[in-house]
Amino acid sequence: MSVDELPLLRLSRIAKSFGAVRALKGVSLDLRAGEVHALLGENGAGKSTLIKVITGAHQPDEGTIELAGERVEKLNPASAHGLGIACIYQQPALFPDLTVAENIGLRLERAAKLARVNWAGRRTRAAQLLQRIGAAISPDAEVRSLSMPEQQLVEIACALGAGARIVIMDEPTASLTQKEQHLLFAVVRDLRASGVGVIYISHRLEEIFALADRVTVLRDGESVGLRVVDRAGDRPAAPEAAGRRVGDNAPHLTESELIRLMVGREVTSLYPPGGAAPGGEVLVLRGVGCAVSGLHGVNLEVRAGEVVALAGLVGAGRTELARVLFGLTPADAGEIVLNGARVTIHSPQEAVASGIAYVPEDRRRHGVILEMPIAQNMTMAVHPSLFPRAWLRFGAEWKLADGYIRDLAVKCAGPEAPAGSLSGGNQQKVALARWLATKPKLLILDEPTQGVDVGAKSEIHKLIRRLAQEGMAVLMISSDLPEALGMGDRIGVMRGGTLVAMLPGGSDAHTVMAAALGQNEKGAAA
Amino acid sequence: MKRHFRELSVAGALALLLIAMALWAPKFFDPQPLLTRLTGQMAPTLVVACGMTLVIIARQIDISVGSQFAICGVCGGLLLNHGVPVVVAMLAAVLLGALLGAFNGALVAGLGLPSIVVTLATMVTWREALRWQRSGVFVDIGPAQWFGLGQAAGQWTILIGAVALMVALALAMKHLAAGRFCYAVGTDAEAARLAGIPPRGVTFAAFVFLGALTGLAAMLAAVQSPQVDPGAGGGLELRTIAAVVVGGVSISGGRGNLWGVLAGLLLLSSISPALTYMGVEAYWEKAIQGTIILLAVVADGWRNRKQNH
Repeated sequence: MSVDELPLLRLSRIAKSFGAVRALKGVSLDLRAGEVHALLGENGAGKSTLIKVITGAHQPDEGTIELAGERVEKLNPASAHGLGIACIYQQPALFPDLTVAENIGLRLERAAKLARVNWAGRRTRAAQLLQRIGAAISPDAEVRSLSMPEQQLVEIACALGAGARIVIMDEPTASLTQKEQHLLFAVVRDLRASGVGVIYISHRLEEIFALADRVTVLRDGESVGLRVVDRAGDRPAAPEAAGRRVGDNAPHLTESELIRLMVGREVTSLYPPGGAAPGGEVLVLRGVGCAVSGLHGVNLEVRAGEVVALAGLVGAGRTELARVLFGLTPADAGEIVLNGARVTIHSPQEAVASGIAYVPEDRRRHGVILEMPIAQNMTMAVHPSLFPRAWLRFGAEWKLADGYIRDLAVKCAGPEAPAGSLSGGNQQKVALARWLATKPKLLILDEPTQGVDVGAKSEIHKLIRRLAQEGMAVLMISSDLPEALGMGDRIGVMRGGTLVAMLPGGSDAHTVMAAALGQNEKGAAA
Repeated sequence: MKRHFRELSVAGALALLLIAMALWAPKFFDPQPLLTRLTGQMAPTLVVACGMTLVIIARQIDISVGSQFAICGVCGGLLLNHGVPVVVAMLAAVLLGALLGAFNGALVAGLGLPSIVVTLATMVTWREALRWQRSGVFVDIGPAQWFGLGQAAGQWTILIGAVALMVALALAMKHLAAGRFCYAVGTDAEAARLAGIPPRGVTFAAFVFLGALTGLAAMLAAVQSPQVDPGAGGGLELRTIAAVVVGGVSISGGRGNLWGVLAGLLLLSSISPALTYMGVEAYWEKAIQGTIILLAVVADGWRNRKQNH
């Protein structure tokens, strides 16, 4: 392999663990000047951790970072900034009440705290930077009044102003319209032309094919493939691009191969076998939408006795759908039919009364109340039925809690122990018990095994299967693809705020991922 | 024992103070001045503190209670002045207090505004409105003083009534679902909402309840003299919040109980007479009260840090 020039950034065998979780297990990546290098991977593949290593927010446990051939030790956010590394997040981190010029000034000026502000200079510099990226934004505009892409452009202007040679963009188009995307792409191409190295993270394959020069695929904390994007068709005579590819021996790729790289893992863990034939429809959604949470036209039915897994990438609208069904952000379009009757659900109380239970994501924050005893957590949703006269009956509460503790094998000191004293898996069981006590017809589980150890995970899986066999309709959101495939009798795939595919149980990961990414070859869509 | 350490330590401090008084200033326990002290300042404050405890457990605060107290006292007094029966006047004051509380509650729970700002605004507004309307004129309640029962019987009625109310509420907080909802909302409003408890409803109800109790307390104070002072209730918010905090209720919501608040209130309101009976200059009262409040807050902060690490 011939060496053209030293790469801007070279990561070698980067490893990073958080406790027992190995987020990165030896990732290597190199970024050249004037290239757009896409980083691709499933949820939890290690992309965010890798970015944090590059921006200095995390220290790698092993491996080396080289910038333009020089090894960098102990990178921290300030020194990374000084070395010309800038990161543009999906949600721009600007001060909404300050003007564009003030925001740029705050990032770039390193004056003494009591020095007078050079307003004219600040404004001129902001105007120049904005002009350089072709952004028609006034330096005097308040950031609050700017659209999301405009704010991203301001971030890019900051990065340029700081003399960034390496710009990381984390799903920059997630909330952009088609037109805004093209504007952003033009800016990214300009950056590339001016010799900046761009690390571009996106779940949208079409963007990667439109924009990237090379792609690194991460899976389970490892870099599983480096591919060159063949864009000869849309960029015919770009000599610099041709030049860059000289000496590249990475194979060229197709969408299908990218997906195979992302999901290549085999479903190894054992899942309890699926249930018998499902019963009648418990939940039917027809064209359900909710403008505030970006959902539209969701059609879905869940039958008694079946587990429907909802797969999709982060931000596809799965949690949003659960929140709509539970009345947290009520639907504003379409109809929800529960047990054959059309219902409107405006509040969690109404949802509970109609027999819907929702075990939320992020259990440590809202699934259980950590400070309260296990028993009180378990009876929280059944007050009206357990205590018909408002007077709490501690005996009945104890009995109910004790029953669930035995039934679900919650490892705890007793019903009086605070929920916060339990392990993650046991807290999840407490959250489940709270909702089982309501005897729901539809149980919605949002990432039920997130952050749960392997043993507890399999117990929770068995429990979910058992509940379905007892006739409950279960809607399970899972970002863990093997889990969704292993547990789902059917697998719904969401993308961009709607359900794009309903696949039979036993579908392979490739098909699910293809639908989640919106791959439109060979008719994978519904 | 460990669970109620905070309440017990306040009760312990109170016990120490009382023992010291018994040893060095036994006159502190002379029945008649003691009864007058307990009914005059403590009983109405205790009633307001009961409501304040609920509001603070639900992670809110109400600093407008002093102004609510003055308005309810004056309005109830005017009714008495016009010969309305005592019971009716009291009910009217309670209802008016509930309305004033509902106003705060609607702004806080309905619009999601911060309670400290809302009640700061209503505190000033109600107080000034009353001053403008009444120009500081006292209201004569004549024969309705002591509910028309005479001083001793009246004092005992007020004292027993206030303590009975507090005990009933303390039990309700533990044994009623509504009490538990209050703790749940104060600990984690979003988690409570996800469990099907309406946090806004609970918050609103707490403010209404505090208002109603403030109306009641205003009447308990009003009937103790022949005339109602329209300037009554000044500093009431500070006295009640101090008692609640010293009594072990967490200012960040979700923790504490009324037994601790009772001990905290008794402790704080015993300082001034204790100093008098010990022959110490009364200037020290505020300094000592301030120190106790600081100690309580520091103890809570320290405990929270220990729990979070």
